[in-house]
Amino acid sequence: MLRAMSRTIERRLPLIVVSPLFAVSLFFVYGFIAWTIWISFTKSGVMPVYDFHGLAQYERLWATPRWYVALKNLFVFSGLFIAISMGLGILLAILLDQRIRIEGAIRTIYLYPMALSFIVTGTVWKWILNPGLGIEKVMRDWGFEGFTFDWLVNPDFAIYTIVIAGVWQSSGYAMALFLAGLRSVDDEVLKAAAIDGAGPWRVYTGIVLPSLRPVFLSVVIILAHLAIKSFDLVVALTGGGPGFATDMPATFMYAFAFQRSELGVAAASAVMMLATVCAIIVPYLYSELRGARR
Amino acid sequence: MRARRTDGIVRASGPGARLLRVLLFVVLGLFCLYYLFPLFVMVSTSVKSLAEIREGSFLALPRAISFEAWAKAWGSACVGVRCDGLQPYFMNSVMMAVPAVLLSTLLGALNGYALTKWRFPGADIVFALMLFGAFIPFQVVLLPMARTLGQLGLAGTVPGLILVHTVYGLAFTTLFFRNFFIGVSDGIVNAAKVDGAGFFGIFFRIVLPMSLPAIVVTVIWQFTQIWNDFLFGVSFTVGDSNPVTVALNNVVNTSTGVKEYNVDMAAAIIAGLPTLLVYVVAGAYFVRGLSAGAVKG
Amino acid sequence: MFRYRTVTPLVAAAGLAFSGAAQAGGTVEVLHWWTSGGEARAVGELKNSFEAEGGTWIDSPIAGGGGDAAMTALRARVVAGNPPAAVQLKGPGIQEWAEQGALADVEDVAGAEGWDAVLPPVLAAIMKHDGKYVAAPVNIHRVDWIWANPEVLARAGIEAMPTTWDEFNAAADALLAAGITPLAHGGQPWQDATIFENVVLGVGGADFFRAALVDLDQDALNSPTMVAAFDQLRRMRGYVDPNFSGRDWNLATAMVMNGEAAFQIMGDWAKGEFLAAGKVPGEDFLCAPTPGNGFVLNSDSFTFFKVSGEDNIAGQKLLASLIMSPGFQATFNLAKGSIPARTDVPLEAFDACAQRSHDDLLKATEANALVPSMAHEMAISRSVRGEFLDLVTEFFNSNMSSEDAAGRLAAAVKRAM
Repeated sequence: MLRAMSRTIERRLPLIVVSPLFAVSLFFVYGFIAWTIWISFTKSGVMPVYDFHGLAQYERLWATPRWYVALKNLFVFSGLFIAISMGLGILLAILLDQRIRIEGAIRTIYLYPMALSFIVTGTVWKWILNPGLGIEKVMRDWGFEGFTFDWLVNPDFAIYTIVIAGVWQSSGYAMALFLAGLRSVDDEVLKAAAIDGAGPWRVYTGIVLPSLRPVFLSVVIILAHLAIKSFDLVVALTGGGPGFATDMPATFMYAFAFQRSELGVAAASAVMMLATVCAIIVPYLYSELRGARR
Repeated sequence: MRARRTDGIVRASGPGARLLRVLLFVVLGLFCLYYLFPLFVMVSTSVKSLAEIREGSFLALPRAISFEAWAKAWGSACVGVRCDGLQPYFMNSVMMAVPAVLLSTLLGALNGYALTKWRFPGADIVFALMLFGAFIPFQVVLLPMARTLGQLGLAGTVPGLILVHTVYGLAFTTLFFRNFFIGVSDGIVNAAKVDGAGFFGIFFRIVLPMSLPAIVVTVIWQFTQIWNDFLFGVSFTVGDSNPVTVALNNVVNTSTGVKEYNVDMAAAIIAGLPTLLVYVVAGAYFVRGLSAGAVKG
Repeated sequence: MFRYRTVTPLVAAAGLAFSGAAQAGGTVEVLHWWTSGGEARAVGELKNSFEAEGGTWIDSPIAGGGGDAAMTALRARVVAGNPPAAVQLKGPGIQEWAEQGALADVEDVAGAEGWDAVLPPVLAAIMKHDGKYVAAPVNIHRVDWIWANPEVLARAGIEAMPTTWDEFNAAADALLAAGITPLAHGGQPWQDATIFENVVLGVGGADFFRAALVDLDQDALNSPTMVAAFDQLRRMRGYVDPNFSGRDWNLATAMVMNGEAAFQIMGDWAKGEFLAAGKVPGEDFLCAPTPGNGFVLNSDSFTFFKVSGEDNIAGQKLLASLIMSPGFQATFNLAKGSIPARTDVPLEAFDACAQRSHDDLLKATEANALVPSMAHEMAISRSVRGEFLDLVTEFFNSNMSSEDAAGRLAAAVKRAM
C-alpha cells in the first residue's frame, strides 16, 4: 500500500517538479500580459486605474505621428539588422571553418561584443560616429576635407547607425550558431561529395547550407527577438534622437509609460508589440513542436 | 567563399590554393579589426590623459600610459553625492548575478530534463507556453512586477532582483536544456529506470554530469544577460544596492563641465570586465556547447 | 545664517552625548537626478546640513535624461509600496501624485514655521494639495536667460547683449561671419523646448505665452504669432553647430566657457556651471534676460512620499524644515545658480545675475508677466508637455514649415487633452 503510493508519487514527480515552475511562468508572463491588455482598455495615466474605457487609447496611439515613425524604424532596423547579421554570420562561420590554427582567438574576437552591454559600448559608438569627434573628424584631419559621415546627427540616416552598432554586437553570435551548425554536418557526406568531384561552392550551396535549415531558423528567431526588444541600443546611442527619428516601439512604450505618465497609450503600444512577437514566435513554436514529435 | 574545405582526404595544394589561404587570412583579419575597433578606442582612451584626448585623434595610440582614470573610476568617481567609484556597486552585481545564474540554470536543467526524459501528456504545450516568456519585452512587465515584489515584501532588495532574473531567465534556460536533452539518447535514462533509479537520482548522477556543454552555454548566456541588465536594476533597487550598470550610467552621465572621457571609458571597461572574461575563458566551450545541440531547432 | 556650520563641530565635540540625535534626526532616502557639477554640490550642501542635524541620508541619484530614468524608478517604487521619502519632483507632477494618494503632508512643520508668509503665492499653490503642503521648494530658477562669453563677442565686434530677437539675429550673423558658432545648444527635446518657450515669450509676450503654453488655447496655438515664433526658431537652428545632437546642457555651457561658442539660451542652472568652474559674472561671462520683458519661472522642489516607520517620518519632517530654513536656501542657491524660494532671504552674498533675477521677478509679478515654464514642467501635465516636446524637437530637426508646425502642434495638444 505504502509502496504503491510512493510509486505513484515517483511517477508523478516530473509533473510535480515542472508544475510550480510552470505556474510561476504563467503568472509572471501571461498574468502580466493580461494585466497590460486590461490597462490598454482603461484611462490609466500616472498610475494604473481599472475602469473600462473602450478603445480610446488605441485610437490615440494610431493618431500619434511618432508611433508611425517607431513602426517604420522597427521594420527598417529589423530587416537590415537580421539580414546583415545573418549574412555576416554565415560568411564568417564558413571562413572560420577552414581549419585555421588560431581559430579560437579569432572566434573570441568575433564573439566578445555580445558580452558587453550597450550601456557599456554605447558611449564609444556615440563617439566614433559623432561627426565632431569621431571618424569624420579623423578623416578631415588626414586631409580629406570633404569627407562627411554625419549619420548619427542626420534624422534621415540616424537609424542606420543603430544598424551598424547592432550588427557589430550580434553578428558574432550568429557566427557562433552557424559555426556550431557547420561542425555538426556529417563529414562522411562531405567526403563523398568531394570524391564525386564536387567543388567547394557546390558542396556549400548544395549540401551544407540546406542542412543548416534549423540553424537558420534559430538565428532568425534570436535576432528578431533582439530587434523587437532593442531598447538599450537606442537609448545609449541616440536617445531616440535626433528629434525622435530613431524611436522604436520599445522606446516609444517606455517614453509614454514613464516620461509622459500615459500608461494607457503605453499599454496599447505594448499590446501591439506583443501581437508582433506572437506573429513571429507562434509559427516557430509550431515547427519546434512538430520537430520534437518526430 | 572559394577557399577549399580541406577535410582530411582532399588537401588543397599549389600556388592558387596558397593565394586563397592568404586572402582568407586577410579577410578574417579585417573583420577582427572591425570587431576590435571600439574596444581599442575604449582601452586606449582610458589610459590617456584628458589633455591628450582633447588634442589628439581618438585613433592615436596613447603617448604615455596612465592608470589614473582606472583608479578614479574604480574608487573615487562621483555618483551623485557619493564619491566611491564603481567598487561598491560592483559587489552588488556579483551578489545578485551569481545566485540568479545558478538558480535559473539549475531550474532550467530540471525543467528540460523533466520535459524530455519523463514526457507526460501536455509536455509540449507546457514547453511552448513557457518559451513565449523569452520574447516578452521587459518594459511591459515592469509595473506589475513592481506590484508583485511589493506584495512579496521583496521590493528594493537583492533577493527581489534575483527572483526577477530567475523568472525571466527560465524560458531561455529551459529552451537550452530541452534542446540539448532531446539529442541525448533515451537509452541510458531508460536503463537507469529499469535499475530502479528515481527521478532525482538519474538527474543528479547521470544527466547533470553529462550536460556540461549545455551548462556552459546556459551559464554564459544567463550571466551576460543578468550582469548587463539595466532596466530591472534601476527600477527594483534602492540607492546603495544598485547594480554596477546603474552606477556606470550615473558616472557617465555625471559631468562637471568637462566630460572625463578617460574615466567614462575606464568605468565602462570595468563594468564589462566580468562578462568579457567569461567569454574569453569559456568561449571555446561555448561553440562546442552550441554544436552539442543546445540551440538547434 | 549658516546654522549647520556651527553645529558640526558641536556634534564632534559632544561625541556620545549626541548619539541620541541620530534617533531624533531620523532617516531620509532622497531620489534625485542632480549629478552635474553645481547641482551635485548643491545636493551635497543639503546632505551635510541633514547629517549635521543627526540624520541619516540615503542618496539615490539616478542620472540621465533630465530625470526620466528617475521617474521610472519612482513609479516602480510607489507601485511596490516602497517609495523614497523625498523626491525631486515639481510642478503639476506634484498634483498628479497627490491625486493618487501617494504623498504625505508636512503641514505641521509648514504651519509651525509659517511657510505661507515667506513663499510667493504662485509657488505656494503648486506645493499644496487640498490646502496642505506636500512639497517644499528649494529655489526659483529663471528660464529666460542668455549667457555669453564677452571675449568671443568682442572678437565679432558685438558690444551689448541683445534685447530683441532682431538684435540677437544680427549679432549671430556677425558671429557666423567671423567663423564663430553663435549658439551653444544641446539637441535634446527639453533643450529645444527651452529655446522654443523663450522665443514664444519674446515674440508673443506674456499674455500670448499664457494663452498658448499654459491655457492651451487652440486659437493661440494655431495663430500667426505662433507661426512667427516658429520662424524665429527655424532661424536659430542655423546658429547651432553641426554636432549639437544629443549633447548635454552643461557641455553646451562649457562651449561658451571655453570660447567655442558665443551664446547659450538656458535657465540659470547654467550659471551654477560657470560658478563651479570659478568664472566671475560680468567678467568671464555675461547674463541677460531673453527678449520679452517677462519672467519664465521654474522651481525645484522636494516632494514628500508616504513612508512608514517613526524614523523615516522624523527624517522627512527634519528634511522639510531644513529645506525651508533661510540658511540652507542661501547656501544651496549660491551653489546652484538660482535664487531662494523664500522671499525674505537677504541677497547680498549673491551675484549680479541673481539680484537681477530677484528684481525682475518682483517687477514681472506686478506687471502680470510672470509665467510658469512649459519646458520645465511647471505649467502643464507631462502628457501634454510630451506632445510639445515631440513637435518642437521634430521641427528643430527637420524641414517642417512654420505653418505646418503650428497646425500640427494645435492638433497634437488637442489629442493629448
